[in-house]
Amino acid sequence: MASTMTLTDLERDALTELVNIGVSRAASNLRKMIGEEVLLSVPSVEIMAPQNAARLIGERETEDLVAIQQQFEGAFSGRALLIFPQETSLDLVHAILGGDVPSDQIAEMEQEALAETGNVILNGCLATMANMLKRPLSISLPEVVRGGGSHLFRFRQESSDDGLVLFLYINFSVRNKDIRGYIAMLMDLPSLTALKELITSFINRVLGDET
Amino acid sequence: MAITVLIVDDSKLARIVAGKALAALQPEWERIEAGNAADALGILREKKVDVAMIDFNMPEKDGLELAAEIRSGHPTMPIAVITANIQDEVIARAREVNATFVSKPLTEEGLRGFISGAALRLRTSGE
Repeated sequence: MASTMTLTDLERDALTELVNIGVSRAASNLRKMIGEEVLLSVPSVEIMAPQNAARLIGERETEDLVAIQQQFEGAFSGRALLIFPQETSLDLVHAILGGDVPSDQIAEMEQEALAETGNVILNGCLATMANMLKRPLSISLPEVVRGGGSHLFRFRQESSDDGLVLFLYINFSVRNKDIRGYIAMLMDLPSLTALKELITSFINRVLGDET
Repeated sequence: MAITVLIVDDSKLARIVAGKALAALQPEWERIEAGNAADALGILREKKVDVAMIDFNMPEKDGLELAAEIRSGHPTMPIAVITANIQDEVIARAREVNATFVSKPLTEEGLRGFISGAALRLRTSGE
């Protein structure tokens, strides 16, 4: 691999905490949509190659995946994904729409319900990061994509073979329902470098007037 | 007697933020930090702790489980559970163990109500 990038312990700590706050808020919003408590794991943050991120999910989920993705642009740019196993996706749609929807209409409502869920969660997460890093991000409309991990984590413009990915991995589930999912953010090296600098400023602000 | 506050968060940065907010409100209070629930319980067995400020989302044992355990041995200790997770269930569970809900990102303003309440409670019980 031609280029590498590492985070110091404190940088990783700060980034994990940002994601944690963002996702916790987003979970609170999702809870309002489905009426059941959303349980979160502690997020883990890794810089890895896209194929490793795909393998990580592949080891846990054997069936096809559904993802809602949104592009974000600003001081750092990339793609945020909310990922579900295919079967979970329909359960989630049921949970959001309630029991009143005839089953023949569920399929056509699925796309819309998924996009809205992704919008709430990913926007909550990205907006919190943008606010805390003090850099605005513009966020695209949600788009639903289907396929395996390697398909979801593929870079749009395949420029070189040394792309790195910031994989923010958080597992969430819904109490009383068999629903689970993951959140990931993909960024290229220039964006990762910019993000690292913003994290450094964020840490300096926090430590700034430390006596 | 000096008042000691136990700050529990798996994030070092979050512990620094919490410590600074606390120092701004009550500069003379002593602070002890723990990075997880097990360390926090270890400290509680060995030292006199008057107030606890606990993060919710931590690996292994979460902050509400920890708060419940602390509460069983310390029925009047002021305890804050700090989180951005404002789901009804989380708030209800904090209330069940008589802990104060404080939202993340933690600020001096956000912490003020809990700290002045804690100071009052400690003063009253100390007399």
